[in-house]
Amino acid sequence: MSSAGRKAIMVPLTVNGVSHEFDGDPNMPILWYLRDELGLAGTKFGCGMALCGACTVHIDGRAIRACVTPVSAADSKEVTTIEGLDPDGNHPVQRAWRSHNVPQCGYCQSGQIMQAASLLAENPDPSDEEVIDGMQGNICRCGTYQRIFAAVRTAASEV
Amino acid sequence: MAPINESSRQFVLLLRRCSVAQIIHVSRRQFIQSTGLGAVLVLGAQIGQNSIFTVARAQSVTSVQPNLFVSIDLDGTVTITCNRSEMGQGVRTGIPMILADELEADWSRVKIWQAPGDETKYDPAGKDGQNTDGSRSTRHHFEIMRELGASARNLLERAAAVEWDVDASEVYAKHHRLYHTSSGRSFDFGELVDAAANLTLLTEGDTSAPRLKHPSEWKYIGKDLPMVDNFDMSTGGAVYGADVPLPGMKIAVIARSPVYRGRVRSFNATEALQVSGVEQVIEIPAMADDTPTEFRALGGVAVIGTNTWSVMEGRSKLEIEWDDGPFTVHDSSTFDNALRESARRGGSVIRRRGDVDEALSTSDSIVESEYFVPYLVHTPMEPPVALVDATVRPVQVWAATQSPNETRQYVAEALGLEKTDVECHITLLGGSFGRKSKPDFACEAAILSEAVGAPVRVQWTREDEVRNGYYHAASAQYIKAGLDASGNVTAWHHSAAWPSMMALWAPDVKAASTLEAGLGLIDLPYNNIPNLQIETGEADAMIRVGWYRSVNNIQHAFATNCFVNELAVAAGKDPLEFMLGLIGDADEMDLTEDGVEEVWNYGDSIDDWPIMPKRLSNVLRTVAQKSGYGKQMADGHGLGLACHRSFHSYVAIAVHVVVRGNGSLHIPQVDVAIDCGRCVNPEGVRKQIEGAVVFGHTIARHGKITTSRGAVEQSNFHDYPLTRIGDTPLDVRVEIVDDYVHLRPCGVGEPGVPPYAPALANAIFSATGKRHRALPLTDDAISI
Repeated sequence: MSSAGRKAIMVPLTVNGVSHEFDGDPNMPILWYLRDELGLAGTKFGCGMALCGACTVHIDGRAIRACVTPVSAADSKEVTTIEGLDPDGNHPVQRAWRSHNVPQCGYCQSGQIMQAASLLAENPDPSDEEVIDGMQGNICRCGTYQRIFAAVRTAASEV
Repeated sequence: MAPINESSRQFVLLLRRCSVAQIIHVSRRQFIQSTGLGAVLVLGAQIGQNSIFTVARAQSVTSVQPNLFVSIDLDGTVTITCNRSEMGQGVRTGIPMILADELEADWSRVKIWQAPGDETKYDPAGKDGQNTDGSRSTRHHFEIMRELGASARNLLERAAAVEWDVDASEVYAKHHRLYHTSSGRSFDFGELVDAAANLTLLTEGDTSAPRLKHPSEWKYIGKDLPMVDNFDMSTGGAVYGADVPLPGMKIAVIARSPVYRGRVRSFNATEALQVSGVEQVIEIPAMADDTPTEFRALGGVAVIGTNTWSVMEGRSKLEIEWDDGPFTVHDSSTFDNALRESARRGGSVIRRRGDVDEALSTSDSIVESEYFVPYLVHTPMEPPVALVDATVRPVQVWAATQSPNETRQYVAEALGLEKTDVECHITLLGGSFGRKSKPDFACEAAILSEAVGAPVRVQWTREDEVRNGYYHAASAQYIKAGLDASGNVTAWHHSAAWPSMMALWAPDVKAASTLEAGLGLIDLPYNNIPNLQIETGEADAMIRVGWYRSVNNIQHAFATNCFVNELAVAAGKDPLEFMLGLIGDADEMDLTEDGVEEVWNYGDSIDDWPIMPKRLSNVLRTVAQKSGYGKQMADGHGLGLACHRSFHSYVAIAVHVVVRGNGSLHIPQVDVAIDCGRCVNPEGVRKQIEGAVVFGHTIARHGKITTSRGAVEQSNFHDYPLTRIGDTPLDVRVEIVDDYVHLRPCGVGEPGVPPYAPALANAIFSATGKRHRALPLTDDAISI
């Protein structure tokens, strides 16, 4: 029997502060639950193999790759997406992204911002090397790394 | 505001071409009647959320729309049409800011409305049918957007004059207000909507005709503006190709032949159909053997269902037997050598000056080298995706597309309809780099939507994108040059071979096209070499070859800049002075003198955008000075230079590299100088160049697509890696050279890419004394 055909089990979880009862196949990656079922389209699909970071969201405040993390991993936990990072879109990382005019196409930036927010939550004063290590898993094909680096540094001074 | 010399006649012609005429205070039927007489273009869309044609509002003025590119609401909100696709190049900021400047609008009160695909309305320059490609948007829209803004300002100026009962010459616009010169009275734009609604089109000879601002009066052009989409892009609110939902929509992924033009022989969908959420499995027929590929659907087996994960799971359970077709012979183990041999043979001479054979035979020394650049694939972070509802008329397409009108054309063909039966709405593009100018993915969605009787979104996975792309052509180049006893270059004989993208339309074509040769080969910049011969060899196209950011300029800039460095070293001369000596400082380079009858010149007139060696030398000198070229470097450090003209812009790059023993690199600094003529948004230019350096770094260090028995061997970012923050240059310094700012705007999105890889290769040589003539320059290649 295919994994997608397994019997559904209820998974209680919270997404951006709202309680949900997921009743589909608990092996479904969180990415597709967010996008296809909850309509939270800010989290992006880039590779499906945790290689690019476009799908980065938080579970209990820590960055994970939603394209390979099953809904079951969020059982009774708090999922935060880019839409829920800050009610007004004014998290220090988001503000820094705008002040450095980071985005080009913008597609990877939800994941970049969620990764940076998680990085700074765990390490509010990272060294340059720690910023690079922390952001190494997130690809930006437009090549905005120089501004991402500067924006993380700016946000670190405000977190 | 200082009047400048602009023909009012030109403006009247413009107004006739672009105006939707008067004003929106009549019923739609009346409106169309009234505009049918005086204007070529007819308004067919609502602007933003403003239902300007609703019955309830039919008898009152809610907005004034001086032309299809600007609308002004009663509250003064200005809505400017963006007619180009945003893929990260900043066009939704750059094009509207030109119009807003001439309108004297307050940028903070400007909204942007994305036009759908309709070249009869939204291609005011009449040059490229809304196809956002070729770094053309700014250079083809600069003048027309100024004129559209100025004509809208003129309408408001005349409206204010009527309200005050003064002559229009006593009225001027400034920052969203109209002022009466002597009395100081003023109106906000919004307060004049009603009055403007009563004005009519200008006629020829009218003394109140619009005039353009003098450049000294510009408030936005030439100034830094951030992207208009920054807030949405930083909060998850930006809408891309996969973000549009429709009621009843199905989602599909497609299994396509691993080998180009392969066919489904048979398939078994039993297991796929057992996956929860999978509803149907449908075969999309392959094209007939004699049908050119163009942008048509490749064919394959589609799995359709309720959510993306289910159909991806379902697809993994398909059993498909493929008829691979003839292209299993396409194997990198033999194909690369065939390209190299073809390059050495050459055959078709495209530029000739003097007599290279004679000059080489009498040279004091000969230098010869061979360069190779592999296939590359686009890998935008957003894989191709399109949503089509073929159950309605007109058919509705939502797509991340660079070319909405070709999307309409090919979708119509796929459905047996007319182009006018298809509407295409353009979402933001999550990167593109040329991939999304080919609407095959929208054709797939259209075919499936018709088959299942519901809207269908076709989602490509990363593996699909890497394995079934439109690849940047692999290429080989062979160059042989002669030096005299003083180290002067007496002859340059250059021959190149690559499979042509023209095979998309003419499958049997083996010859290089004028267009591709025009991308940095035929326009070889070394204008002071007395004997030149440039030729191309044949190659088989056995895969979809397409265009990719900066196209063939990549390999041509790589070979020419690396080889000139080899020559300088062989001649015992400083590379910078050597290059400057070969390029020279001529005002223009005339290729017709070398027997070139047709210069493609990026589709533009050579009179309007000539090839100017002095501008190339200028950026090269600039970057050498900025980078500290010539200074003593520590062991393992090197500085490399390269320069290239493409898309009419001139770019020079200096890369400072540190080469470690294991072949890994550190790049402390990259300096770039760009001369793009008139620069609209310097901040946007800097960002494009910063990004181009990273894009170039991926080409230089990572990019390599290979085939085995016709199938692409790579699939995702583990085996087709891209530059990450840990290996990218993080100190890229961009100098926008303004010596020729009075000239026409030139391309910006692509020209930063080509010079990077050769600058890096020359820097590595400078650091190690080792030449690298084949990309990519991986750690392994460098450590050997």
